[in-house]
Amino acid sequence: MSVVAAARLRNAQCVDRDAVPRLAPDALAEHARARVPREARIVAFFGWPAPGATAEAPAAELLLVTARDRESRLELVATTVGDAYPALAPDVVSAARFEREIMEQLGILPAGHPWLKPLRSHAPYGPGPHRLHDPTLGIGADYPFFRVEGDEVHEVAVGPVHAGIIEPGHFRFQCYGEQVLHLEIMLGYQHRGFEPALIGGPYPRTVYQVEELAGDTTIGHALAYAQTLEALGGCDVPARAHALRALALELERLAAHVGDIGALAGDVAFMPTAAYCGRLRGEFLNMTALLCGNRFGRGFVRPGGVAYDVDARLAEELRRRLDAAMRDLEGPLDLFFESPSVTERLEGTGPVTHADCEALGLVGPVARACGAPRDVRRDHPTGAYAALHVSLATAATGDVHARALVRRQEIERSAAFIRELLASLPPGDVRVACPPPASDAIAVSLVEGWRGEIAHIAITDASGRFERYKVVDPSFHNWPGLELALRGQQISDFPLCNKSFNLSYAGHDL
Amino acid sequence: MIDLLRTRIRQGFRTAPFPPAEPALPERYRGLPIIARGACREGCEACVDVCPTQAITVRDGELALDLGRCLFCGECEAACPAGAIRFSRDYRMAARTREDLVVTADGYTLARPLDDAMRRVFGRSLRLRQVSAGGSGAEEADVNVLNTVVFDLARFGVQFVASPRHADGLLVTGPIPQNMRRALELTYEAVPPPRIVIAVGASAISGGPWRGNPEVCDGVGSILPVDLFIPGFPPHPLTILDGLLRLLGRLEKEG
Repeated sequence: MSVVAAARLRNAQCVDRDAVPRLAPDALAEHARARVPREARIVAFFGWPAPGATAEAPAAELLLVTARDRESRLELVATTVGDAYPALAPDVVSAARFEREIMEQLGILPAGHPWLKPLRSHAPYGPGPHRLHDPTLGIGADYPFFRVEGDEVHEVAVGPVHAGIIEPGHFRFQCYGEQVLHLEIMLGYQHRGFEPALIGGPYPRTVYQVEELAGDTTIGHALAYAQTLEALGGCDVPARAHALRALALELERLAAHVGDIGALAGDVAFMPTAAYCGRLRGEFLNMTALLCGNRFGRGFVRPGGVAYDVDARLAEELRRRLDAAMRDLEGPLDLFFESPSVTERLEGTGPVTHADCEALGLVGPVARACGAPRDVRRDHPTGAYAALHVSLATAATGDVHARALVRRQEIERSAAFIRELLASLPPGDVRVACPPPASDAIAVSLVEGWRGEIAHIAITDASGRFERYKVVDPSFHNWPGLELALRGQQISDFPLCNKSFNLSYAGHDL
Repeated sequence: MIDLLRTRIRQGFRTAPFPPAEPALPERYRGLPIIARGACREGCEACVDVCPTQAITVRDGELALDLGRCLFCGECEAACPAGAIRFSRDYRMAARTREDLVVTADGYTLARPLDDAMRRVFGRSLRLRQVSAGGSGAEEADVNVLNTVVFDLARFGVQFVASPRHADGLLVTGPIPQNMRRALELTYEAVPPPRIVIAVGASAISGGPWRGNPEVCDGVGSILPVDLFIPGFPPHPLTILDGLLRLLGRLEKEG
């Protein structure tokens, strides 16, 4: 087997489009098979119409981005395909959703793909001939759900409108009594057309759409976007801005993790922790509002730095509030993890094996709970994370309990990290002008959001405008993990399992 | 058990005294914008040019800012050389009609209560079904937060329910993707009349930053009759709570 050279770069760097080796489609498949999942994992695999592509003569450029976490390296290879190419999915499971996306967006057939179904059920972006969904029928009408047949096997359909105050998606369970034999999750209800809207960008509205990609990850996505533009523009962001960005990113993680543990407590009817964490989550959101006026961090991260500084008085106020919130959090967390009636419900519920985690390419706390020690902050650090380290939180059992435990550890480590940041804020500016994007370039930017790896990839044309802008929210990788976690579980444990993943519908649907 | 009680005592009483006490908002919070009369320099449209959602128009030399489109980014305030636009820390911004959402130098028309007949039905007990249709998760989170001990929404007789058939109305977030349109219509039809519709956030009111994308319907108003608009990106929980109480006539005494 020949070793194919790939363009290598680090996180938040950019390369010339010409520097990315262009392989034949089967060589690209071979390249992926040789690496994933043993040596590398897929960050993104996506395409855009090749110049001159028509409905009669379809053609697309495909780009495969893989990460070698231990070497802090990203590898890029490209290919040009006609109306079909040999699918990676039969050998590389984590490519499966990306290839469904490629077919849905571009009408290019990944030949031999074992699970070709609509991913978001929208009209195609390009002129290609292959269709997964007829937009005139409406979402779901032509979705081929996997079905289990047999005596006493029944089907349960839930959504898109759910019982709680939560985003829409459709869940289809194949059950034998209480036992779930198979769960299939159909998404796409939240599709707002982010990626096509960015062609020819960036536009004045782009950063606001980025902040709404997944509203509870405003800082994470805004940071990934800023890093992309800074890589393309060759912008040198001030050290103080790096520190404040990390501060905001960890506050976002704290709010989300505290809220999640409260929600898990609610789902096992353990009201003390549910009530206290519900309140305490707000304390972290209010700290973010001290930074920029908005509880979700809207308007804080901007290309070139951050929009607001933190003076000594505000730093002291943040420290004081953090200490108070962490003090108040100790009791509710101890109660939660030490009450047998709680641990009994969490342990062994919704397990995902380490092997499945690697095959699916799961990310974030969900992966770390399966004993897969990956974290962009450690493996591909940028900004403040290059100097100050966050120690990794992992667990081994891959169940709801492990996912809760990882969150608890991350709460403590994020708080410690924020204290370090506040104690050592570098002097200087918080924002510089970001030069316009380079032409004919590709930039890759990764951020460890609270759900896991956020990837933004920009490809510019000869005039420095976006020819393609790709976003991969951690939810994109992790939704299949939830499907697997439900296998063999009781259907009544679905809310608990779902909450332990807490994935974004909007982030997936884009 | 001892630990449970000890933790309970340490947590204290956390429900905010609002209303009637005025809440504390962060210094950098951007609430209701104030427009100064006659402040604009002739021919200057700096604010119009920087607004990412075309929320600002100039009519006869006076500014008009549409809160239904406003993302509260503050770019207009920063761009204005004459101080004609200033974001105040007033969180009260709910309005009853799309037209009322426009702020001018004459001020702003806050939401009036429902008419007497509707208030007799809903004034003391309002059950809402929340529908997220393209909501980012932030709007939903800050609606959900009203159920925490801090805001304790249930003390006002307002509750979120699981089924539209148990509901008196819908609270909608998001720009309504084409893929959610049918589900929203079906949910509305399942609510027994009389029923109300509340649009929360810039995306639900006008499409927000997504306005004009062919994949979305540019807000609830294009599909259902809306009784209450709550601006924001996303709205602060207090803005939502204030809007609900205003609609039910629970804040009438203070106007």
